[in-house]
Amino acid sequence: MSEPPPRPDPRAEAALAACLLAVDPRGLGGAVLRARAGVERERWLALFRALLPKDTPWRRLPPSIGDEALLGGLDLAATLALGRPVRRPGLLEQAAGGVVLLPMAERLSRGLAARLAAGQEAHGLALLALDEGVQEEEAPPPGLLDRLAFLPELAEPPAAAPFDAAAVAAARRRLPSVAAEDAVIEAILATAAACGVAALRAPAFALRAARAHAALQGRAALAAEDAALAVRLVLGPRATVLPAPPEEEEEPPEPPPPPGEAEPSPERNPAGQGRMEDVVQAAAAASLPAQLLASLAAATLRARAPASGRQGAERVSLRRGRPIGTRAGEPRDGARLALLETLRAAVPWQRLRPPPPRGRLAIRREDLRIRRFREHAESTAVFVVDASGSAALHRLAEAKGAVELLLAECYARRDRVAVIAFRGQGAELLLPPTHALARARRALAGLPGGGASPLAAGLEAAGALAAQERRAGRSPFLVVLTDGRANLARDGRAGREAAEADALAVARRLRAEAHPVLIVDTAPRPQPFARGLAAEAGGRSLVLPQARAETLAAAVRQGMAAR
Amino acid sequence: MDGALPPAATPRRARRPRPAAPPPRRVFPFTAIVAQEELKTALLLCAVDPAIGGVLALGDRGTGKSTAIRALAALLPPMQVVEGCRFHCEPGRPAALCETCRRKGARVVSAPVPVVDLPLGATEDRVVGALDIERALTRGEKAFEPGLLARAHRGFLYIDEVNLLEDHLVDLLLDVAASGENVVERDGLSLRHPARFVLVGSGNPEEGELRPQLLDRFGLSVEVSTPADLALRLQVIKRRDAFERDPEGFCAEWAGEEAALRARILAARARLAEVRAPDAMLEQAARLCMAAGTDGLRGELTLMRVARALAAFEGAREAGLAHLRRMAPLALRHRLRRNPLDDALASTRVARAVEEVFGP
Repeated sequence: MSEPPPRPDPRAEAALAACLLAVDPRGLGGAVLRARAGVERERWLALFRALLPKDTPWRRLPPSIGDEALLGGLDLAATLALGRPVRRPGLLEQAAGGVVLLPMAERLSRGLAARLAAGQEAHGLALLALDEGVQEEEAPPPGLLDRLAFLPELAEPPAAAPFDAAAVAAARRRLPSVAAEDAVIEAILATAAACGVAALRAPAFALRAARAHAALQGRAALAAEDAALAVRLVLGPRATVLPAPPEEEEEPPEPPPPPGEAEPSPERNPAGQGRMEDVVQAAAAASLPAQLLASLAAATLRARAPASGRQGAERVSLRRGRPIGTRAGEPRDGARLALLETLRAAVPWQRLRPPPPRGRLAIRREDLRIRRFREHAESTAVFVVDASGSAALHRLAEAKGAVELLLAECYARRDRVAVIAFRGQGAELLLPPTHALARARRALAGLPGGGASPLAAGLEAAGALAAQERRAGRSPFLVVLTDGRANLARDGRAGREAAEADALAVARRLRAEAHPVLIVDTAPRPQPFARGLAAEAGGRSLVLPQARAETLAAAVRQGMAAR
Repeated sequence: MDGALPPAATPRRARRPRPAAPPPRRVFPFTAIVAQEELKTALLLCAVDPAIGGVLALGDRGTGKSTAIRALAALLPPMQVVEGCRFHCEPGRPAALCETCRRKGARVVSAPVPVVDLPLGATEDRVVGALDIERALTRGEKAFEPGLLARAHRGFLYIDEVNLLEDHLVDLLLDVAASGENVVERDGLSLRHPARFVLVGSGNPEEGELRPQLLDRFGLSVEVSTPADLALRLQVIKRRDAFERDPEGFCAEWAGEEAALRARILAARARLAEVRAPDAMLEQAARLCMAAGTDGLRGELTLMRVARALAAFEGAREAGLAHLRRMAPLALRHRLRRNPLDDALASTRVARAVEEVFGP
């Protein structure tokens, strides 16, 4: 394998991304800034803002914005005061043609993301998602990620902008006239395919980014280096596979030339095209190694549904669900006004209040009532399967059967299922929480079995997953399938005693965190250890020597319903 | 709360969000959409015969599902509506008029076919309609503010990521889609209005499955995927690029094709009533459903309707076996009884049934 090209400086790349976005904010959609609140992010935002025209709207989305504030609606206080409808424009409308910042983007709900996406299109907005996610599973909704071209790396503050506002403004004017030859578009598409980026939105963004770069450089047509840069900035962070190195490079791909240096566009012969593809793909490869792992994790995340971002098992909602009554309060932050109750509250006071200048009712703030709703709580059944020893295959097969049965029957409740297997040296999350049967089937096909039995590691992984689900607002339910023969302690030592002590310790922690547990003992004869484990975990135990999928599914259903 | 329909000349006009900055956006032309033949056919046939019952498009994000549905609405000829009616009542069908339109004689105007988005997380008020807070507060009147269902009447109701829709909304939609009427009993309001729409849903099955009850309500289901062929992908990107750089010019370039397709839809609609569905064909449809193992009679009905719509669209006088065969996957693949033990894809199972009944 040939030497990979040198990796460009992420600080310069981040600054360049800001320049490109400033040239075509509407066409490129925006950027995801994954960083903690801090100087790195602020520096990037300041740099970007300085490149935009002076009067560009710049708004910040309050994290729990309601539809009224987002899309516009009646200004209740003013309407009541003036006695005629007073409309307040929504935030997206106010920001038309400008920029909207989305703080805590990793906690945005899918519904809000869908409305933001629609608003982005309707009002020509650039969205800057401030992703403050720390853990892997915290990421903005995938539908939103798809619509933002750049994901600059902000581990360090960005370098100084390579272009100033005047250059960006000139490039903006030049943008529509930049031509793109088929060879360039083909090279971008081929690179996208080589990086495992299937969707077409990403290469479309790359093309626009390339065009913005060409405009900045004062070129009339796209050159290979424009495409190379765009691919690095747009496709690199989205790659899911490493592109295969181009066969037999005759020359090392040049690092991005310094800005300002014009280059004639490549000739349109097959050799020229081949070279273009190589250059572009090499550029993509250059941006990969450091980011690949992170983006691979993000790619699996994309298939996972981030939760609505509510804490804990709180299930009374002010926004949606089945109505369960009203309470006094102001209809803001998405809470819905209960009109009749509001009027009813106001009526008895009418004689006591000075008559309103217009209208018939004097309504005051304390009269306002809002509705309460009950949302349906989702549950996640986490199967923890002992994949060690001789009976492993049988146990796994039955667990798989139970998972499929549960998923096939659980539409109404919208429950999720996850599977963790433990064997050999540790535990592995085979199936992240999902309610998609197709996905479960694929993830559970061809499970390995055999080896030692690190029960403690399995329980620990299950506890972590349960905590994660609880944070996401779902109720976890742990189902542990084991023959109760733990023989690998957490520090990797073999030996029954230490292994069992460790398992019991983890079980106590599960109890402390109040995760409901069902221990299913699959040994031919009931094991006292399994019962002890259940007792320590504060859960129930079940003896199922022939763990049949149907019985197992029934037991889990029962356990989940009993909570 | 942009669910309200402004009746002509009321102060409520002021409430509608009307951004000043961007000019009205052009829609990408339907005929310029590359590939996605199955999706385009399904949408066109629903435009020919809305009784087919809607389209469910399952597949990856960013494959042009929403582009196609918006493009279709722009393609369709405008419809005749009673002037000022908040439910766009259809003149000439007295039985289907809303209460207001039934009482007074009405002028007829033409209006574009509505395509209404139902966003995830929409509240029930917004979907069904609710008491008009503004009028209640300012004028003390009990008036109904129509919701998304009223706006979608005689048009399309588009739900992106339908598989993630909240259950109580799904129930509600099922009910209205089945009855063609929205019955409101809330906030002291009691009224009903017609709500017949073509339900178009899209989603990615990897992110969650649809309840079978909802699956079954969609007439057709199509599988969309990003084209894998480089030449096609190039064409997609180039057309999209050309459109974004010069929407006006691009639309002008495609205007001829759009007009031709529009004429074809109109001709097909006119011909639809005369297209025969011979008994032999119906019998084959029934046998096909039995072989594929679908639940209920909805599959056969849809199959018959869609075969006739296809025949009308292609200028045939009779729906034949060829039409049936081509439409079977679209009409049946989402109605198969779930079988956890059969890993075969639904399409494969339908193809097996087709071969069983019609021969290879």
